[in-house]
Amino acid sequence: MATLEIKDLQVSVDTEDGPKEILKGVNLTIKDGETHAIMGPNGSGKSTLAYSIAGHPRYNVTGGSVTLDGVDVLAMTVDERARAGLFLAMQYPVEVPGVSVSNFLRTAKTAIDGEAPKLRTWVKDVNAAMDRVKMDTAFASRNVNEGFSGGEKKRHEIVQLELLNPKVAVLDETDSGLDVDALKIVSEGVNRFKESGDKGVLLITHYTRILRYIKPDFVHVFVNGKVADQGGPELADELEANGYDKYVALAR
Amino acid sequence: MTITKESVASMLESADEKRDRVDSHLHPQGSFDVADHEVPTGREEVWRFTPLKRLHGLHQDAAFSTGNVKVDVDAADGVIVEQVAADSALRGSSGLVPLDRISARAWAAAPDATVVRIPTEHVAATATVLTITGSGTAAATAAHTVIVAEKFSSATVVLRFEGSAVLADNIEIVVQDGANLTVVSMQDWADDAVHLSSQHALIGRDANLKHVAVTFGGDLVRHDTTAEYAGPGGSVEMLGMYFADEGQHIEHRLFVDHTAPKTKSNVVYKGALQGEGAHAVWIGNVLIRKVAEGIETYEENRNLVLTDGCRADSVPNLEIETGEIEGAGHASAVGRFDDEQLFYLRSRGIEESEARRLVVHGFFNDLIRKIGVPELEAKMTETVELELAKNVLAVPNVKHD
Repeated sequence: MATLEIKDLQVSVDTEDGPKEILKGVNLTIKDGETHAIMGPNGSGKSTLAYSIAGHPRYNVTGGSVTLDGVDVLAMTVDERARAGLFLAMQYPVEVPGVSVSNFLRTAKTAIDGEAPKLRTWVKDVNAAMDRVKMDTAFASRNVNEGFSGGEKKRHEIVQLELLNPKVAVLDETDSGLDVDALKIVSEGVNRFKESGDKGVLLITHYTRILRYIKPDFVHVFVNGKVADQGGPELADELEANGYDKYVALAR
Repeated sequence: MTITKESVASMLESADEKRDRVDSHLHPQGSFDVADHEVPTGREEVWRFTPLKRLHGLHQDAAFSTGNVKVDVDAADGVIVEQVAADSALRGSSGLVPLDRISARAWAAAPDATVVRIPTEHVAATATVLTITGSGTAAATAAHTVIVAEKFSSATVVLRFEGSAVLADNIEIVVQDGANLTVVSMQDWADDAVHLSSQHALIGRDANLKHVAVTFGGDLVRHDTTAEYAGPGGSVEMLGMYFADEGQHIEHRLFVDHTAPKTKSNVVYKGALQGEGAHAVWIGNVLIRKVAEGIETYEENRNLVLTDGCRADSVPNLEIETGEIEGAGHASAVGRFDDEQLFYLRSRGIEESEARRLVVHGFFNDLIRKIGVPELEAKMTETVELELAKNVLAVPNVKHD
C-alpha cells in the first residue's frame, strides 16, 4: 500500500542570472498498483520532477508538497526518502570509482532493510537479478557503472530496482539510448516489479516506444513545468500521431 | 698520436653527447660537495612549497648525531641485509648525485649504509621489511640505504618509517637487467617527525621497478624520487598514496628521466586532505631525452579535498626532446567530494556518512590493489578508515533541502 501525492509542486534551480523556475505547480497522485507515464518535450521539466522527488540538492522546492502515504517526503534527506520506499532509476547513472557493484548493492540493501541481508541467499538473489536482465554476473566485481555501456547502466538500475524493492519507482527516461532488445529486457524488469505487489510506477519518457512494453494506466502530458493534459493509454497513441506541438503552442 | 688539450676536450664532449646529458630545467646538476649547494631561502623553484622553518635546520647546518633511529630487519629467505661502511663502493652505484643541500649533507654525514641485496636469479617469496624507528626529534639523523636487485631476481622491499625523528636520507635502488623489484617507502611517522628523503633508482635493461610511497604521518615529509634507465626496455611504475591531516606538509617530487629507448614509466599518486593547514604537494617531472625513442610515459595525480582549509598543489611537467615515442601524457586534478556520486549512493538509501566513506575508500581502492603488496593492504585500508573517522564520518547527516 503506497500513495505518492504531489500537490502544486514548484521547483527552481540557481542559475547565473538568479533562480529559474522549472516546475510551476505540478499535481499528480500515484496510487498503489498504478503506472503513470509522464510524457513531454525536452526541457519541459520531466527530469526535474524526478530529481525533486528524490531530493537532489540542485533543485530548490519553493512551494507545494510531496507526500508518501501522508508523510512529508520533502522534509526527508535523500537517503531517508529511499528508505521510506522511493526509488529513482536515473537517466545517467553515476560512476563510483573503486566501489564494487556487489559492495554497493549489499550496502544499499542493508541500509534499506535496516539489517544486513543473509549472505547465503543474498549472493543467489543478486546473481538471479542479474541473470534476469541478461547481465553477466562478473559485473558484480566491477566498479559501480564504471566502463558500463549505456544499456548496461540501465540494466544495473533495474537490478537495483528488483533487489531494493521500493514502494514507488520513478523511472527517468530509462528507455533512452536503448536498442530494442535492451528495451525489452528493461521493460520486462519493470513489469516484474509492478507484478511483485501493489507498486506505484512513475515512468518518465520522451518517446511512446517504451509504452508498448510497459502499459500505463494514466498518461500525463508535461509541458512548461506542469501537467498540460491527462488521460488513459489512448493519449499516448494520440501523442505518437500528433506530437507535442499542440501543447507547446498552448503553453506559450 | 699526440694528445692535446683540445682533443681531450672534444673527446669529453662527444662522450657527453653520447650520454645525452643535456641541460634541463627539470634536471639540475647534482653535486656531492655540500658547498656547491647554497642554503635555500624558499624563493627557489624547488623549495617554494616547502616550509623551511619546520626543517629543524636540515637545509642549513643542523648537526647530525647517531643513536636516534634504529633499524629492525625482517628479511625474506635468501635476501641479504647488512650494514656496510660509508666508503663502500655500493654507495653511489645507482648514479645518485645529491640534487640539493639536504641530500648532500646526508651523503656526507651518513656514518654507514644499510644494504639490501637480492642475489642473481633469486625469487623472494615474502617481503623484506626494514622498520626504521625514530626515538625523538631533539637531534637530526643522516642515513643511507642501497637496495640492489641483481640480474633476474625478484623481490619486494618495504621501508617502514615509524616514531619521531628528524631524518635526512638517501636511498639508492639498483634494478639490474631483467630483475623485478617492488620498493615501498611507508611513512607512518608520529605527528612531529620530519623526513627529507632523496631516492634514486637505476633501472636496467628489461628490468621492472615498482616504487611505492605511502605517506600518512609526520609533520613535514618531503621525498624527491628520481629514476633513470641503464638500458632499453626498462619499466618503472611509481605509485603514491597520502593522507594529509591538519597542519601536515606532505611533498612528493618525482622525476623520471627517460635516458634509454623503449622504456616505460607510469606514475599514479593519489591523496586525500583534511583539516586546517593540511598541505600536499606533488611535482611530477618527466624528461624524454633525444635518445629515448619509442618510450611510453603517463603520470597522474589526484587529490580529494575533504574539508575546508586544505591546500593541494599539483604540477605535472613533461619535457620532450624527441617526437619518436609511443605515448606521453599526464593528468592532474584537485577536487572535492563529487556531489553526483554522493547523491547516487544516498538515493539508494545509504546514509551520507557511509556514502562518503564508500567514496573515499573507492578513491584509494584501485591504487591499493595496484600497489599489490598483501602485507600492507590491510594496514593501508585500516589507516584510511582511521583518518576518515577524524572528519568525514564525524559529519552530521546534513539535510539538503
